[in-house]
Amino acid sequence: MSNTAPLLEVQNLRVEFPTRRGTLVALDDVSFSISPGEVLGVVGESGAGKSMTGAAIIGLLEPPGRIAQGKILLNGKRIDNLRYEQMRRIRGREIGAIFQDPLTTLNPLYTVGKQLAETMTTHLPIGPGEAKKRAIEWLELVGIPAAAQRIDSYPHEFSGGMRQRVVIALALCAEPKLIVADEPTTALDVSIQAQVIALLKSLAREKGTAMMLVTHDMGVIAETADRVAVMYAGRIAEIGPVREVVKHANHPYSAGLMGSIPPLDRRVERLAQIDGAMPRLSAIPQGCAYNPRCPQVFAKCRELRPELIDAGTTRAACWLYDTEVARG
Amino acid sequence: MAASVRRFFDSDLWWSFTRSPVTVVSAIVAAVCILGAVFAPLIAPHNPFDLASLNLSDAFKPPAWDEEGAREYLLGTDDQGRDVFSAIMYGARVSLLVGLSATAFATLLGVTLGLLAGYVGGAVDSFLMRICDIQLTFPSILIALLVDGVVRAALPRIIVWLQERGVLSAEISAQLAHQHIALFVVIFAIGISEWPKFARTVRGSTLVERNKEYVQAARVIGVTRARIMVSHVLPNVLGPVLVVATLNLGLAILSEATLSFLGVGVPPTQPSLGTLIRIGNDFLFSGEWWITIFPGIALILMVLSVNLLGDWLRDALNPKLR
Amino acid sequence: MFAFIISRILQALPVLLAVALISFAMFAYVGDPVAIMLGQDYTQAQRDALVADLGLDQPFWVQFGRFIGNAVQGEFGLSYRLSRPVADLIAERAPATLELAFCAAGLALLIGVPMGVYTGLYRHAWLSRFFLTFSLIGVSLPTFLIGILLILVFAVWLGVLPSFGRGDTVRLGWWTTGFLTWSGVKALVLPAITLGLFQLTLIMRLVRAEMLEVLRTDYIKFARARGLPNRAVHFGHALKNTMVPVITIVGLQLGAIIAFAIVTEQVFQWPGMGLLFIQSVGAADIPVMSAYLLLIALVFVTINLIVDLLYYAVDPRLRIGRGKGGH
Repeated sequence: MSNTAPLLEVQNLRVEFPTRRGTLVALDDVSFSISPGEVLGVVGESGAGKSMTGAAIIGLLEPPGRIAQGKILLNGKRIDNLRYEQMRRIRGREIGAIFQDPLTTLNPLYTVGKQLAETMTTHLPIGPGEAKKRAIEWLELVGIPAAAQRIDSYPHEFSGGMRQRVVIALALCAEPKLIVADEPTTALDVSIQAQVIALLKSLAREKGTAMMLVTHDMGVIAETADRVAVMYAGRIAEIGPVREVVKHANHPYSAGLMGSIPPLDRRVERLAQIDGAMPRLSAIPQGCAYNPRCPQVFAKCRELRPELIDAGTTRAACWLYDTEVARG
Repeated sequence: MAASVRRFFDSDLWWSFTRSPVTVVSAIVAAVCILGAVFAPLIAPHNPFDLASLNLSDAFKPPAWDEEGAREYLLGTDDQGRDVFSAIMYGARVSLLVGLSATAFATLLGVTLGLLAGYVGGAVDSFLMRICDIQLTFPSILIALLVDGVVRAALPRIIVWLQERGVLSAEISAQLAHQHIALFVVIFAIGISEWPKFARTVRGSTLVERNKEYVQAARVIGVTRARIMVSHVLPNVLGPVLVVATLNLGLAILSEATLSFLGVGVPPTQPSLGTLIRIGNDFLFSGEWWITIFPGIALILMVLSVNLLGDWLRDALNPKLR
Repeated sequence: MFAFIISRILQALPVLLAVALISFAMFAYVGDPVAIMLGQDYTQAQRDALVADLGLDQPFWVQFGRFIGNAVQGEFGLSYRLSRPVADLIAERAPATLELAFCAAGLALLIGVPMGVYTGLYRHAWLSRFFLTFSLIGVSLPTFLIGILLILVFAVWLGVLPSFGRGDTVRLGWWTTGFLTWSGVKALVLPAITLGLFQLTLIMRLVRAEMLEVLRTDYIKFARARGLPNRAVHFGHALKNTMVPVITIVGLQLGAIIAFAIVTEQVFQWPGMGLLFIQSVGAADIPVMSAYLLLIALVFVTINLIVDLLYYAVDPRLRIGRGKGGH
């Protein structure tokens, strides 16, 4: 990991949802950072809080959800407490976003060229003519053939994979330093997924853009990310370099997650699975959220919630790595 | 029984109901209107249709708070000495009766045909939906007017025709030719004008349900089509129907009022609020405004409260807004 | 595009035919033209002669064919009640109704659409709540009651606006207009408001509902995520997408104005086609009723067609086959 100042820092982020049955905590004390040009993968089951983290970062949490505590810093400056207009200027220009479903992400009534041009003219000091020229360049960059003609096409005239490429172009065209990509390939055909991920990866590398890649697909993470954070029940269970987390996960949950993926290099009789299910937000157990399902649980796990502890190769929120605790 | 009552009061539905003061108020107003209408013969201070009790010298009395008014005629009297307040209660009765019956009829017809169209599909579906399309091109009031006019004009000839063929006896024919038939004609007309909305909604839901596994399972077991439609699909498509019915109740009441105002609605022997407004309209210029305005306010209150309840119900049952 | 128009016209024909059939059935079977035309006493010979003359002894389809043939030429027979050609009656009354409808529609659109947009965008502003309450009451008020209330306030109590008739009108060829005289314009005010108010509230609620729906979509979220300013998000994206379904329904609603004119014309004794229709229903004047019906059907079908075309023009997704599909 480089020692340059982090691009994005999330500190003790807590996101709450007031409901009539009490307050639900969707994100609880989440902290991590992303360095410039780095790709951080965020994995976890549905409902673990991955998308919520992305939404909080770009300031588009759906009400009544709100950031109750914590800070989000971009280049050292707080962005979680900005007014709407200030945050708007950051969106697109400093932080770009890619959403899951390319069918619904693009406005069906506007041509692709128009949507690209308006994004660029909003953030960059260029005129409409220059914007159109650059729009064509972007389409070529993301691999759309005959870009000069397709610039005037409508979204429904593209296939799913092509549409997602357009979305990628839209996210990058204002030249942000960070992209939050929320399940960018989940809605695509498997054969297209690889292409789109490769495109994303190469563009990010080329432009030096950092990425927060949210997905539940470990394969994509293994291919693309530098580091990965495993989320569980609104908290980070483990965070570390991709190789380490995938091959030698320290947190029992991460280990279980990696172990449940069918391996290609050997035969297995049964897939390993984790008993039970992730707890609902209204019923998170006391102590470590994973304790009811953990094969290595002991007394402390049920009482105190662990913070991220240095476990050698990664950092894991697990009492197993607490040097003061007598294991046994 | 007690358990389901408790469950109801614990549900999201009740919670959202109690949370909205507007809805609670409108429910209360609606309840008052309904109770007043239903129990009119028992609680109305006068019976405005009992000719013997009318006193012509009491005609044109303004409301009680006016200096020329009388306390026994709370909202004044009309040209025949009839108490406006009592007339409103009886009128509301008729309005509500027609509105509810017409909506019930439209629901029954629409749900049946919609279920049929959605489940059986094919030519039946095309045909029924074509009819719906054609009918929906026109506003329902026009349809209601048309059906009302045509049936009214055709009915005597139809009755005569049936009597000649011995289907109806002379006494029944005489009964039918009586003015009361107008009431049923109005209910029929309004019901006919509203059924497509129900049919469309139910058909859509049925199409969705038809492809679900529980229906396919029932088919595999060998349950007859009719039974599948009624016992399995029907309960699942009734949710939106309730909302449409409530929203349509207000419309039905307004349609009846409009038809009666135009003179082609309920018979004059059973005046509804619309009829009262029409009668009172003649006296607007001579200054006796209360004869038409108070029935008007009653109508507005009734329809408004029903609409508000319908709005609340629609929002409460909409999964997207929860 | 051309094929689209043709296919839509072909779809409209069955509707017109169905209505024509109903019209004719009314004409032929419900009324008894012979009895009405000949009065109380007539001989059988006179009856036979008239029947042959009117072609009433011909088979159903022949009569229907003649009916259609006549209708297309604008020949609808004589009114039972007024003994004048129906076509003349309608032509006399049409301008009154059309002018009224035009004003009401204009009112409903010019006020309803902006109100709807406002309440959709700024849901929690007090003005929005006020508009919503107002619209709720508007939807619960029957047209005739609005008319009566307006008459009470402005004609009876304040005495500033007339409560019946069209005022003075000016004849321009076949058309009579009320726009060119002061009394004509004054006479238009109350009826236009009455007719337009219901439509206004409907349009406002529709636009609002669509707007709220659109603001929840992914592409609006993406537009915000790209940092587009509110002006572009609300008016560039949201509004444009809202208008597409709104156009269809608004078009159909405006057709409804012509139907609702019936009630308004009754309240204000406005000498239009609606009043004519009501008087015909009351007198079982079948020729007028069936002609009105056919005409209304034509109007509605035409409006539907125009709306479909507009939809086609506005929504690019309908223009499949522009030849640029690709992977």
